Amino acid sequence: MGDTAENLKVTPLNALHKELGARMVPFAGYEMPVQYPTGILTEHKHTRAAAGLFDVSHMGQVRITGDDPAKALEALVPGDIQSLDVGKMRYTMFTNDQGGIRDDFMVNKRDRDLFVVFNAACKDDDIAHARANLKGCEIEYLEDRALLALQGPAAVAVLSRLNPVVQAMSFSMGATLALDRFEAFVTRSGYTGEDGFEISVPNAQAEDLARWLLSQPEVKPIGLGARDSLRLEAGLCLYGHDIDATTTPIEAGLNWTIPKRRREEGGFPGAAVIQEQLRNGVSRKLTGIRPEGRAPAREGTEVLNDKGEKIGTITSGGFGPSVDAPIAMGYVATEYAAPGTPLTLMVRGKALPAKTCKLPFITKRYAK
Amino acid sequence: MTTRYTKDHEWIRLDGDVATVGISDYAQSQLGDVVFVDLPAPGKTVEAGAEIAVVESVKAASEVYAPCGGEVVESNQAIADDPALVNRAAQTDGWFVKMKLSDKAELDALMDQAAYDAYLKTL
Repeated sequence: MGDTAENLKVTPLNALHKELGARMVPFAGYEMPVQYPTGILTEHKHTRAAAGLFDVSHMGQVRITGDDPAKALEALVPGDIQSLDVGKMRYTMFTNDQGGIRDDFMVNKRDRDLFVVFNAACKDDDIAHARANLKGCEIEYLEDRALLALQGPAAVAVLSRLNPVVQAMSFSMGATLALDRFEAFVTRSGYTGEDGFEISVPNAQAEDLARWLLSQPEVKPIGLGARDSLRLEAGLCLYGHDIDATTTPIEAGLNWTIPKRRREEGGFPGAAVIQEQLRNGVSRKLTGIRPEGRAPAREGTEVLNDKGEKIGTITSGGFGPSVDAPIAMGYVATEYAAPGTPLTLMVRGKALPAKTCKLPFITKRYAK
Repeated sequence: MTTRYTKDHEWIRLDGDVATVGISDYAQSQLGDVVFVDLPAPGKTVEAGAEIAVVESVKAASEVYAPCGGEVVESNQAIADDPALVNRAAQTDGWFVKMKLSDKAELDALMDQAAYDAYLKTL
């Protein structure tokens, strides 16, 4: 992948984004499309109604090989990787010694390796961390591959025109497939709350595949702006905002990613902290927040209780185009985290009423 | 009626004693889909350059500054009810406030259409 004048890296689809009229912005060291001419609202709604194509080639695709990479990886993550069947994927995270989250990512078990996708802003640190700490494993950064996400209810119909086998994949399955002329590793997964696929292809084939997908009547290009509003409605955490090195998986409500065996055995960084939190609870929790009225409450907004005391902070907030209302996520003191608890948000010096709510804000529509 | 502009992309148009203020078409195109506007109550007085309203797109919140000092006499309920009107008609029906100016001479410091068009080319 190349560089722009300002030393931003570019993905293999950079020229295509510009041809499509995208507004390009710096993101995690890459020049990326934040939106196309139709705008974020239209892109967001189109993804929920039909299918959207996202360039996520800035993310770090990595192969882990070795004698027993699943067992080795468990030394760095609290998830159950050893029981993962070939062709399945699982969400987990690198933890630090304080139980905080270094990065969150998907792990795919394949025939001869583990295939993981790191967040763009974290990938260099993740790769160094893996190389230093995964005993007996080889870490190969797949810089020669692009990653495209095709998301939305029409995604399966579109992709099955290239290979009908994709219809038989259930959610969180992965397969190495020939999509017509494209050599792909395909997972049925995504970051929008919709059914969809993430498609890893060689850089040299990325633009050709993207142009074919965009030639299908259901598919429109979608930028990072709508990617953010889609994932927020789906209640999915954004690394560096809702979760980071100072938040634990338990505070973030990601307990479900840590199965019984790992809770009992430990053996990952910060296990003592996380086990203690599982036993005794946490003092703050990530929760959904619905501002009343129409004013969005953005990241960093202070959350107050009825006495005017600060009890939390919003970590992601904006307008949910499909919800047609402002929505947010944030950490609040545990006694205020039950759904329906009234809160006050300080937005530009004004106290706005809000309530906690369950996540997600929309009904997820993953394929069974 | 001459429309004048600020470097922050507000426009102002004086008609008799009352000036109408909004954001430029360029500003709305940069903001993207407007989903909320926070407007001042009539009677609020502001200095030139002070925050007078807030406009929120899906992505971010942006302040709107008073091009000239004065007293707000009306806020546009139409954009409060339908924020997307700012995108559709930024320089006409999508105005933000009407103000009684304290010093009309402040208008002279602002850009006319030709100067604003030239300014946009430098961005």
